[in-house]
Amino acid sequence: MKDTLQFQQETTAANPIAYQHMARPGISKQLIEEISHYKSEPTWMLAQRLRGFSIFQKKQSPQWGGNLQDIDFDSIRYYLRPTDKRATNWDDVPADIRDTYEKIGIPEAEQKHIAGVMAQYDSEAVYHSLRERLQKQGVIFEDMDTGLKQYPELVQQYFGTVVPAGDNKFSALNTAAWSGGSFVYIPKGVQVDIPLQAYFRINAERVGQFERTLIIADEGSFVHYVEGCTAPIYTADSLHSAVVEIVVKKGARVRYTTVQNWSKNVYNLVTKRAFVYEDATMEWVDGNLGSKLTMKYPSVYLLGRGAKGDILSIAFAGTGQHQDAGAKAVHGAPDTTSSIVSKSISKESGRTSYRGLVSVPKGMTGCKSSVVCDALLLDEYSRSDTYPTMDIREAQTSVSHEASVGKIGEEQLFYFMSRGIKEREARSMIVQGFIEPIAKELPLEYVLELNRLIQLEMEGSVG
Amino acid sequence: MSLSVLNLRVAVEGKQILHGVSLNVAAKTVHAVMGPNGSGKSTFANAISGHPRYSITDGSVTVDGSEVASLSPDERARAGLFLSFQNPVEVAGVPVRQFLRTAYNALRRTQVDPIVFSAQLKKEMERMQFDPSFANRSLNDGFSGGERKRLEMLQLALLQPKYAILDETDSGLDVDAIKNIAHTITRAKDQGIGVLLITHYSRILRFVIPDVVHILIKGKIVQSGDASLAQQIEEHGYESFQPSNNT
Repeated sequence: MKDTLQFQQETTAANPIAYQHMARPGISKQLIEEISHYKSEPTWMLAQRLRGFSIFQKKQSPQWGGNLQDIDFDSIRYYLRPTDKRATNWDDVPADIRDTYEKIGIPEAEQKHIAGVMAQYDSEAVYHSLRERLQKQGVIFEDMDTGLKQYPELVQQYFGTVVPAGDNKFSALNTAAWSGGSFVYIPKGVQVDIPLQAYFRINAERVGQFERTLIIADEGSFVHYVEGCTAPIYTADSLHSAVVEIVVKKGARVRYTTVQNWSKNVYNLVTKRAFVYEDATMEWVDGNLGSKLTMKYPSVYLLGRGAKGDILSIAFAGTGQHQDAGAKAVHGAPDTTSSIVSKSISKESGRTSYRGLVSVPKGMTGCKSSVVCDALLLDEYSRSDTYPTMDIREAQTSVSHEASVGKIGEEQLFYFMSRGIKEREARSMIVQGFIEPIAKELPLEYVLELNRLIQLEMEGSVG
Repeated sequence: MSLSVLNLRVAVEGKQILHGVSLNVAAKTVHAVMGPNGSGKSTFANAISGHPRYSITDGSVTVDGSEVASLSPDERARAGLFLSFQNPVEVAGVPVRQFLRTAYNALRRTQVDPIVFSAQLKKEMERMQFDPSFANRSLNDGFSGGERKRLEMLQLALLQPKYAILDETDSGLDVDAIKNIAHTITRAKDQGIGVLLITHYSRILRFVIPDVVHILIKGKIVQSGDASLAQQIEEHGYESFQPSNNT
């Protein structure tokens, strides 16, 4: 951690440019050039950024999903230097977020860290022992900026190949303005036995608006990457637009777990995609609790025979929130398997949408896909929609789709209450039961926090 | 000390089902309420327990002297009432163990040590010949009819209410299963629990001898008597019991 800070100070000192544009809102070619220069990036990366910017300018925002009209791209600050972030004042963090931290029992030091106020995380000892273990195995686990500096060829080989800049307006914006995120490489046959957590990364700049993550799992390897935190993450900026690219090579397996709980002023527009090769497995476990609007559809492109993709997602939409989440499975090789399980909960004016695509082109024989999406409405004001698209062009395919929308039943509540359990506790147990098939896939501390947060949300005392 | 129901009138969706039912179940006694289909047996059980769809339009329900008819179902349970459901509902993702512990704590207004609780649950399950894995299954999720009824009886034994209302717990079960249930009911009675056994058939009453039998027809108790009344029904059916006009 020290190394990075020193490095940052040195680069600041060594680049006597006036960065007046970098702190200002709005994005321009000049800003992008300055970011790239400030980071001392290779020219190919600058070219990528500029190409991304030109696509961003030309492309329309998606006309489907949530309401994106209120995003004012000119008022967003696209780059904050680490020094800017450290200057953030704890008193500026909204009271409701601080309250939530208190309620879910996060210590103050950690609260500040999560809110992005503190630059340092108090676990250097844990972090160092972890690093040594990983290094011995040849695992690369860096923040993306460091990854680019230290492994430029590897980054260049894969960057933008899974999610090209032109994929959508927000992937273009991310390509232009990215900063932070993780770079992970797992060598052939290496099984990483503990989950890699983003906050163990060397860079203190943990919460980025335009994170860019690239994970390469070489043949026969395994890694579980865990991103995010269930505590609400406060950001003054209203747009979070990340890109996650994953390459799962022959026989490898990657699990990527996210639980996002952005503050409720944030547009969370994320493109996540994995290329999955022969006999490899990709598992997305995706939880969406926070944000004003989330549009996120983790995808698997099954590109080799026997490839497998599992996507599990939970969404909770409270007052004023719209979680437009789902999944995408493209069967690009025969004998590939995908499974999508989506569970959503809406409360009050909250809205959840499942949006999914399963595609089996002609000739891709022997593919199997199963989609299950269940929605739970907590009251009569909440809303849930399902937009499943099945594009099946091959007859020798087995596809199943089940969808259900339910309310917490009177009979279920009465059953619990007839055993002395209060209504509030009964409701929260039933909701926890509803998401259990996915919650059990999360690391234990996440499940505990998730359950507590859902309890808080259902009491209506937060938010 | 009794569960006392006085002149209970109950409507469901505006339709009057019970027209003034009275009975008094003392601790450590078994009352059977028998009646044909549609006589209001389940309405009786649900109304006493506080199901929101059954509205008590008149009369009173008291537990050891305290009025409970205006209380919510959980408050009634904490006052000492227990309902064994005719069709226990499925709740996916909530393990039996967690449900039972939560109920146990709620009824005792305490937080029992999970290890102590598990030991007690294990003992009770062994006594009732449950497979240990049963506690980890989701509540009634994928359970057979028999398993559901047995789980209700496990709850009766574990939660130790003051008064238990058993809504056709014997229905749809074979003789061996009925014997098991009867055994649990008898044990509950011996422990001091007052039991209100609601049933269509007299079969179970061969294994649990009731102190009092009530015949419920068209929302009224038409006759009360001792166990021989059940015998009479077995022989002659409900035909011979007609609602009288002066009850």
